[in-house]
Amino acid sequence: MQITFYIAGAIAVLSTMMVITRFNIIHALLYLVVSFLALATVFFILGAPFAAALEIIIYAGAIVVLIIFVIMMLNLKAEAVDEEKRWLTPQVWIGPAILSIILLGELIYIISSMETTGSIAQMVDAKAVGKSLYGEYILGVELSGMLLMAGIVGAYHLGRQKKKVIHRFLEDVEE
Amino acid sequence: MNEVQTVSGLLLAGILFVLGLVGVLIRRNIIFMLVSVEIMLNAAGLAFIVAGSKWAEPDGQVMFIFILTMAASEVSVGLALILQIYHQLKTLDGDAANKMRG
Repeated sequence: MQITFYIAGAIAVLSTMMVITRFNIIHALLYLVVSFLALATVFFILGAPFAAALEIIIYAGAIVVLIIFVIMMLNLKAEAVDEEKRWLTPQVWIGPAILSIILLGELIYIISSMETTGSIAQMVDAKAVGKSLYGEYILGVELSGMLLMAGIVGAYHLGRQKKKVIHRFLEDVEE
Repeated sequence: MNEVQTVSGLLLAGILFVLGLVGVLIRRNIIFMLVSVEIMLNAAGLAFIVAGSKWAEPDGQVMFIFILTMAASEVSVGLALILQIYHQLKTLDGDAANKMRG
């Protein structure tokens, strides 16, 4: 059980590294799917099978497909890859990378020096999650519904193509 | 044994979050920046799952579901914004949209 956890975690980290360094966006999305699958494995090992299923269905399924649809709509060409190669030069990324590595080292120190008390690993199944979700967290569920509604309205409003509407009497005046 | 797993799960969440942060900082393509934000949200969800697994409570998974909902609506609005920027500026360069012109 322990070794599977470490292997899945290593795969998640490696594929996420590949995501942020690819030049071709479709390759990056393929690595992103691998990363989500590895994280779903980690969730399953940690005793959260419902969250693992949701991770695969919504992240690796819906969100990645949505991003691919938008890339297809944008109709990018081969020179976009060269442009990316030009943008990602070492003097651009070396500074943020060093700062982030320092931050990561700090985080590792804090977490590994933390005093923790052990408990027995236990599976939390979908029934318990559902009872909690529709019991004490019912307000959160309703707020999530409102958030999704706002997301739909916002995406429709922003994604709409603005058509220039000029009245036929005014058209002659403008020209 | 479980304590080790909790610590390493939190470490994994931290590493993934920092990788997403690096992605946001080093990339100029706005689609890559959106994907990196997704990675960061995913890492936050992993931290909740690890905490829920430590105390064997469903609350961590409930919070993960809320994060998932927020990520889904965030990515739909973000992609609509990307489409709009691409139609206005004809580029995916995030730096091209640094001026507000009404």
